[in-house]
Amino acid sequence: MEQLAEQFFNLEIALQVWPLMLRGLGMTLMLCAIIIPLGIFGGLLAAIAATSNSHALRIFTRVYADFFRAIPPLVLLIFVYSALPFAGINLSPLAAVVIAFVLNNSSFYGEIFRAGIQSIGEGQWHAARATGLNLAQTLFYVIIPQATRNVLPDLASNTLEVVKLTALASVVSFSELLYSADMARSVTFNATPIVMAAAIYLIIMWPLVRLVGRLEHRIGS
Amino acid sequence: MTGFERFVDTFFKWPLIVQYTPSILAGMVVTIQLAIAVVLTGLLLGLLLAVLRSLGRRILTWPIMLFADVMRALPPLVLVLLIYFGLPNVGITLSAFTVLWLVLALTLAAFAEEIFWAGMTSVRKGQWEAASATGLTYLQAVAYVILPQAVRITIPPLTNRTIAITKNTALGTVIGVPEILNQATTAVSFAGNATPLTLGAIAYLVLFFPVVVLGRWIETRFAWKRA
Repeated sequence: MEQLAEQFFNLEIALQVWPLMLRGLGMTLMLCAIIIPLGIFGGLLAAIAATSNSHALRIFTRVYADFFRAIPPLVLLIFVYSALPFAGINLSPLAAVVIAFVLNNSSFYGEIFRAGIQSIGEGQWHAARATGLNLAQTLFYVIIPQATRNVLPDLASNTLEVVKLTALASVVSFSELLYSADMARSVTFNATPIVMAAAIYLIIMWPLVRLVGRLEHRIGS
Repeated sequence: MTGFERFVDTFFKWPLIVQYTPSILAGMVVTIQLAIAVVLTGLLLGLLLAVLRSLGRRILTWPIMLFADVMRALPPLVLVLLIYFGLPNVGITLSAFTVLWLVLALTLAAFAEEIFWAGMTSVRKGQWEAASATGLTYLQAVAYVILPQAVRITIPPLTNRTIAITKNTALGTVIGVPEILNQATTAVSFAGNATPLTLGAIAYLVLFFPVVVLGRWIETRFAWKRA
């Protein structure tokens, strides 16, 4: 029991590595602030293309979405980070992480928005066009607001997944929360920093998990 | 060398394709083994937990909800590192394969429990009452009335979640499980060329592209027709 506390809940080590963990948390939040908006924006564009009248565009976005949903994000990340340098393209860890994760999460967001747009009845399009709105106005003032409302739970739950996804950035030594924790673990030979990282993820994610559950429930009923 | 030749030489170098295809195939076997183990145990445990929760005993419900929340909140890689590097310090050593299987199966179980539970509660009470009023036994009611309706809303999210978690088998590379990505990155450092990673990416596409397309089909097949 004492050994367990010593190895997993070591207060001395916790105090020592606390500043490092905070910096890691800051990087995790910064990463989220970059890839979530970019992913949502890319997903919206993909969804608009996927529901357009152009046959070629629809096929292209479907293959794009299926391709990036089939490749595990870690594989994509390692490909971008360690295969592209062989072709003379050297990216910083941050750039590699942003490229890989935006490609990944925009295809998931895209599928969600596509479902949302398709859930809006034809009549909304006709009515909007009849009142003199052009295509872009119809999309942004009429269709997308309603579509977003319909798929809000899915958007929220995918965003949670994106936050959890950022932990993979540690593999390419981007110094986010998990990377900092693992560094601290290998220096102190003690698992306490990882327990701290887990606790920090829990504190951030738990309320969000509950919130998403409630959202899903409300729309479902 | 033209640009195209350089591109081929970097990502599709033929001698390396010949040389490393066997190890990528070996990696695919490990990935498939892991995936099957994770999907079977994860879904079964999830179903079991949902059924236990449906009994409505607080002593069961609370730990199940806690388990589901925690496993859904934590990134799987955090747990992988915690178990793989933490437990040996207290004298418990598990193989990398076991650690990855445990973490992914428990994660899938947590999501599956929530989805099964949502499916079960979505069937209206009147359906139970009507089923037993027509003389069906409890088991008949479950098998012929409740489950067919619950499955309809359960299958699409369950498929998507299962695919997403199975893709996480690639995390094995971090702790040295010899699955596809691990084989590919090892080969890249030996070969000094990106070709093995291309092979690895293709291997994942071969495994998961059909599953993703199947998932898309299931989603439309099981969707309620909007009136």
